[in-house]
Amino acid sequence: MPTNLSARLCTFVLSLFLLAFALPAFAGPFEDAVAKFANDDYSDTDEAIGVVASSGNALAFPIISALQDGRLMADLDSKKVYVTGTDGKSIDAATGQPVASVPDSASAVRLNNRLRRSVDAALGSLTLQSPDLGARLQAAQSVFKSHEETALEPVESALAKETNRSVKTALGDARAAILLFKSDATEVQKLEAVATIKARGDQEALALLSDIGSDQPASVAKAATSAIGSIQSSLAVWSMVQNAWYGLSLGSVLLLAAIGLAITFGVMGVINMAHGEMVMIGAYTTFVVQEVIRTRYPALFDYSLLIAVPLAFLVAGAIGVLIERSIIRFLYGRPLETLLATWGLSLVLQQAVRTMFGPTNREVGNPSWMSGAFDLGQITITYNRLWILVFTLAVFMILLAMLRYTALGLEMRAVTQNRRMAASMGIATSRVDALTFGLGSGIAGIAGVALSQIDNVSPNLGQSYIIDSFMVVVFGGVGNLWGTLVGAFTLGIANKFLEPVAGAVLGKIAILVLIILFIQKRPRGLFALKGRAVEA
Amino acid sequence: MTPHMLTRSLDRGAAIFLAVVAACGILIPLSNLLLPAGSFLQVPTYLVALWGKYVCYAVLALSIDLIWGYCGILSLGHGAFFALGGYAMGMYLMRQIGTRGVYGNPILPDFMVFLNYSKLPWSWYGFDMFWFAALMVLLVPGLLAFCFGWLAFRSRVTGVYLSIITQAMTYALLLAFFRNDFGFGGNNGLTDFKDILGFNVQAEATRAALFALSCLALILSFLICRSVVSSKLGKVLIAIRDAESRSRFLGYRVESYKLFVFTLSACMAGVAGALYVPQVGIINPSEFAPGNSIEAVIWVAVGGRGTLVGAALGAIVVNYAKTFFTSGVLAPYWLFMLGALFILVTLLLPKGIVGTFNAWREASRERRPAQAHASAAADDGVTESKMAEKRS
Repeated sequence: MPTNLSARLCTFVLSLFLLAFALPAFAGPFEDAVAKFANDDYSDTDEAIGVVASSGNALAFPIISALQDGRLMADLDSKKVYVTGTDGKSIDAATGQPVASVPDSASAVRLNNRLRRSVDAALGSLTLQSPDLGARLQAAQSVFKSHEETALEPVESALAKETNRSVKTALGDARAAILLFKSDATEVQKLEAVATIKARGDQEALALLSDIGSDQPASVAKAATSAIGSIQSSLAVWSMVQNAWYGLSLGSVLLLAAIGLAITFGVMGVINMAHGEMVMIGAYTTFVVQEVIRTRYPALFDYSLLIAVPLAFLVAGAIGVLIERSIIRFLYGRPLETLLATWGLSLVLQQAVRTMFGPTNREVGNPSWMSGAFDLGQITITYNRLWILVFTLAVFMILLAMLRYTALGLEMRAVTQNRRMAASMGIATSRVDALTFGLGSGIAGIAGVALSQIDNVSPNLGQSYIIDSFMVVVFGGVGNLWGTLVGAFTLGIANKFLEPVAGAVLGKIAILVLIILFIQKRPRGLFALKGRAVEA
Repeated sequence: MTPHMLTRSLDRGAAIFLAVVAACGILIPLSNLLLPAGSFLQVPTYLVALWGKYVCYAVLALSIDLIWGYCGILSLGHGAFFALGGYAMGMYLMRQIGTRGVYGNPILPDFMVFLNYSKLPWSWYGFDMFWFAALMVLLVPGLLAFCFGWLAFRSRVTGVYLSIITQAMTYALLLAFFRNDFGFGGNNGLTDFKDILGFNVQAEATRAALFALSCLALILSFLICRSVVSSKLGKVLIAIRDAESRSRFLGYRVESYKLFVFTLSACMAGVAGALYVPQVGIINPSEFAPGNSIEAVIWVAVGGRGTLVGAALGAIVVNYAKTFFTSGVLAPYWLFMLGALFILVTLLLPKGIVGTFNAWREASRERRPAQAHASAAADDGVTESKMAEKRS
């Protein structure tokens, strides 16, 4: 088809001519390199990747990433290359001008395994200078892990330009990793590299140092071995810290769940098996508050928990007073019967919630200030756990202050110590009982707000905490809030330290057995009440 | 236990109860086997198995009543002893399957083959022999109760503390048995049984025989409990229930009495579990759930704490109600009813059905002083009124 060919040739020449004027840079190395993608030749493509990646052109990143994803289209006849965006729009790879459509004759530039590696390396070094901080950090991390020699140059050039401190450290680590594995690096460079990696001190540094191989100079090998030792010991310390943190976090949850129980059990001697259900009611209150906020005032979502806390206290507290007035007051002095009646109550409450809200988990969201995490040394701390710890301690302190400095607190303590004497002194013990039970239930409701952030909100929520809370109260001793505090954190921390050794379930079983044995030794808990009140 | 003691301990209520149980134990299996299916008087096989289950529950309730009603020990973990007895029987039944399992391994039960066990764990040794399994049905719960009770009673853990740690015990066992590598079938438990002592577990005749055996176990447990509580030992137990410290100061070794009755009760619960498993055809870790144990306590409370007939009746009545309500349109309301039962019985009917009935009968007897001297002393009502005194 000579006419066709000549027509195409004409167009080609014309376009060349036009482009030469319109874009003086056409003949530059970048454009030449881009055109090589259309040669359908692996070595040309390889060369093109190298040139494009090191060109510093703004199009380099889209081109190479398109190449990786098979979105780089090349027209073998016209030698034109197009980038098809993920959104379906296409641009001319050489100029960046948008094009209406990629010609049908264009096909994706092919890659083989060797080329894929070059693409990865090129992308790595390209993202090292990406404007996005997170992308840079991630790229530096991946270079650290792969420690490809080819990445040395981009890492060093990125290092020279980098201003952010954490990225700079990561790049330095990456450079050290590369040097350590580079066969022609000097011994001094390698020793420096070992020191840098040792300073990093995490699991990855350990893995890297462990496989440096045997062809290293003796001094380097020795330095690496000692670095491994010191990293291991510091990691062991960090893992202790990690366990301790998890333990504190679990302890705060236990404390929060048990603290209300400690009040009702301690002051009134009432075993409230429906305590877990008060926690559940608090969690469902949070759910309802969030639902209302979502549908009516979405802007308030971040404050939903602040609104839910007093509401949950009031709802659960009111239900608590109601329970005390209608059931529990008839059962004073009969602790075993109270236990059974409140167990029945817990079944009723669970089923009521199941009927109202359905048996499945309900969605309770984290406000923005409770989601996410930050790193502290080698451990990661999530904000929700941290806030719960802070919240628990705040609730504990407020409760303690309330018991100590308010009139109700004074009356509660009086009733705890000697009910009949308190009554003789004019304290309305039945009113104190009702308020105490309401207070304990209200605090359980508050606990529900916090637990809704880390646990599934379902009708069974309370059940999963009730046995643990009882263990805390029994272990800590009745009638003493400090005992509950110590009990909760001891159990939490012991549990988390046993978990890595024995596994989660066995750890829990071990704790239960230990508590059963502990009760034999101290039947009234760690901080037992002493004196005549005990046998009463 | 002398014959004299036995007769003395049988008042009219107990005699009627035993006669009814014995009659059921004989007549129901006979009706099931001999009468043609579909006949008006024929008891269908599913009902035999269902009532067999109730009878096992009644034995469990008796064991709880023995310690709670007569010694004041509220165990919220008796389901654990029941389940352990059940597991011992289940292990025997598993080993009887032999090559008929899915994997056809003559020694290892299916779940072990599935979990890549190479040989039988030591805890399963001997369970291919019925006598050994039967011994374990008594020994395992008994030993656990003995160790647990020895520790708890010696250090004077009482009241709600004891209740809570028994609950912790069954909870710990629940967690342990849920683990696959604990070696007892994990969360699937033990099931798919084939025969017991060479008889097909599914066969009508076997089911009828198991029912008759359960009734026999109920009668025997009743007689044992009766002879314990009406003996001098029983009087001490009641004294401990009503005033533990005072009994101790009077020179009784409170912990020994408690330990004896707790262990005995655990063995009875184990037997109940062992009879329960072949009739329902499965045992899994959910039997250890703390809720089950508490539910068993409420049977006793409904029927009448401190009255043996009441405990057994309570178990049957509550479970019959459970079956009735959970199978119909009322199913979503069953938990409401069960919960309300807990609350109402403790609030309004603290003596339970039989206890209230006894008290009422006694009151009407007092109104007719001529007959008042009769058998009131041996009656449960006396102990009940003592209990009420203590409470008030």
